[in-house]
Amino acid sequence: MQFFLEVLIGGLLSGVMYSLVALGFVLIFKASGVFNFAQGAMVFFAALSLVGFMEKGAPLWLAFVLAFVVMTLFGIATEKFVLRKMVNQPPIALFMATIGLAFFVEGLAPLLWGNAVRPLDIGLVDEPIPWILDNWNMVISSFDLAAAGIAFALVAVLALFFQYTRVGRALRAVADDHQAALSIGIPLQHIWALVWAVAGFVALVAGMLWGSRNGVQFALTFTALKALPVLILGGFTSVPGAIVGGLIIGASEKLAEIYIPPVMAGWFGGNFGGIEGWFPYVLALLFLLVRPEGLFGEKHIDRV
Amino acid sequence: MIYRETGQFKTSYAADQQIFPIRQDRIGILLLLAVAFLVVPAVAGNYWFNAILIPFLIFSLAALGLNILTGYAGQLSLGSAAFMAVGAYAAYNFQVRIEGMPILLSFILAGLTAAGVGILFGLPSLRIKGFYLAVATLAAQFFIVWCLTKFPYLSNNSSSGVISVPNVEILGFTFDTPQSRYLLVLSIVAVLALLAKNMVRSTTGRAWMAVRDMDVAAEVIGIRLMRTKLLAFAVSSFYCGVAGALYAFCYLGSVEPDGFSLDLSFKILFMIIVGGVGSILGSFLGAAFILLLPIFLDIALPALSDLLGLPFGSATVSHIQLMVFGALIMFFLIVEPHGLARLWQIGKEKLRLWPFPH
Repeated sequence: MQFFLEVLIGGLLSGVMYSLVALGFVLIFKASGVFNFAQGAMVFFAALSLVGFMEKGAPLWLAFVLAFVVMTLFGIATEKFVLRKMVNQPPIALFMATIGLAFFVEGLAPLLWGNAVRPLDIGLVDEPIPWILDNWNMVISSFDLAAAGIAFALVAVLALFFQYTRVGRALRAVADDHQAALSIGIPLQHIWALVWAVAGFVALVAGMLWGSRNGVQFALTFTALKALPVLILGGFTSVPGAIVGGLIIGASEKLAEIYIPPVMAGWFGGNFGGIEGWFPYVLALLFLLVRPEGLFGEKHIDRV
Repeated sequence: MIYRETGQFKTSYAADQQIFPIRQDRIGILLLLAVAFLVVPAVAGNYWFNAILIPFLIFSLAALGLNILTGYAGQLSLGSAAFMAVGAYAAYNFQVRIEGMPILLSFILAGLTAAGVGILFGLPSLRIKGFYLAVATLAAQFFIVWCLTKFPYLSNNSSSGVISVPNVEILGFTFDTPQSRYLLVLSIVAVLALLAKNMVRSTTGRAWMAVRDMDVAAEVIGIRLMRTKLLAFAVSSFYCGVAGALYAFCYLGSVEPDGFSLDLSFKILFMIIVGGVGSILGSFLGAAFILLLPIFLDIALPALSDLLGLPFGSATVSHIQLMVFGALIMFFLIVEPHGLARLWQIGKEKLRLWPFPH
């Protein structure tokens, strides 16, 4: 039971990290209807920029600000050179364009900053918390806990930003209906550039946390693949969905990784590790068959 | 300029409905086939067969499969490499496990196996569509590759799922030279491409296109969605499966599950985007383009680095390759969403009136 709890909590905490990446997807999808496959590449790019600036001697906060500037410029450039030219194309074409964008960034980022695996130290240590270890005899990493705290703070800030600022209101209006927003004078293109910048910010936070845990390397782009099942489980348009989806995926994938392979080995013999790669997808898929719009997604109504 | 259809009157429905209604098109396609079957084997060297022509034909076939599903039926799939893997492993198993199995039959059975798996993973398309479906096909991608790695039975108990295929032999003739394998692949691809060309203009193809353009409307006018979508998945997976079998048997000779990764799926997707979504010709053009581009860059970039006096490492070259790939995809989607095939069509239209366009 104790082991189960330990796996469960570890899974939940790593799920928060998935949520963080998924959040970037949701932001862009809500505001512009673009399913941004390049979010993983953006996480990679942001983390690499952060490390790059730190290697040049900038302190963490300055590197963070500079990396944020880079991501903002990247967002504006994407809006200007890709999205603006693809207005009125079907969403699936935009999706494929972001796959192209992902490849572009995956080439550009290491070209600018070099492709060696680099450690990133943001002052958090990945050690079990002694107090929990003593009292409950469970290994819960302080890093995971801090990361979860940062993620929740980020979500709270975003929620406040969306709810109470002028720009946030404009963002929500654009998300609801592009044309209506345009007709009451909201500058659509500024908003889109802005939302890409915000997604860049989320990518930067995600990249910082993932990077300081596993090292800044190309594998960071695969975070997008971890976030996709979270998205379809939680619904593309819902920020809470991304959080809850992340928690569910994180917990179930870790539990599955521990408990399913021995069972399968009992049936077929052999080693069945590594089901983490597909288990979230199959789980999300099964879930979709019951609720096609995800947990909190908007119900999709087709009109002829 | 090239040719006009003036003076070609159709006097029967059969003449009007044939695949290539214009005489010059028929002659052109026959010439193309004649060159491919007779001239190319005589002049091309081993490098051409092994590095360019055979993979080109195989990837064209896979792109054709994906194009049927994505271009004609409108169901975006990111799992085509997995269906190729199913085809490759199925063909291998039929060959190894059944004594005296004709190789062509095992290719067909491999295609059918892939079609079966395709239908299974196509089932969600009845409930979900668009991005949700694209993500769902990723499930197929990861799950199938994992299965092939983890179940030793599927790879005849070889370590980590690597299979080495036996020689291809038909009626006592062994296809062991690159030339003969090229001819075998070419024959199979030609037949399947002709079938596809016919299929997409039949009732089935029209139903696919109706579903692609708007599935609710298609349902309203009496197209059975379930049948149409699943058929698209089946046919597409069949093509990918045969392509996968050829990939293993006629191109690489030895494959591992990880070779059929998500990257390969993306590569095939890029082929149809660049070549032309919803076009048979486009599958071939796209495959040629995506296959030749890295070869071209491998030659051009060192030359460029000499010219600029900047030393490019091999890592830099691969990064630039990624960037060029990505940029090209965006470029094509922005400038010409219908790809090279549309450019070819526009060129033909223009030349038809040249030099007096008015």
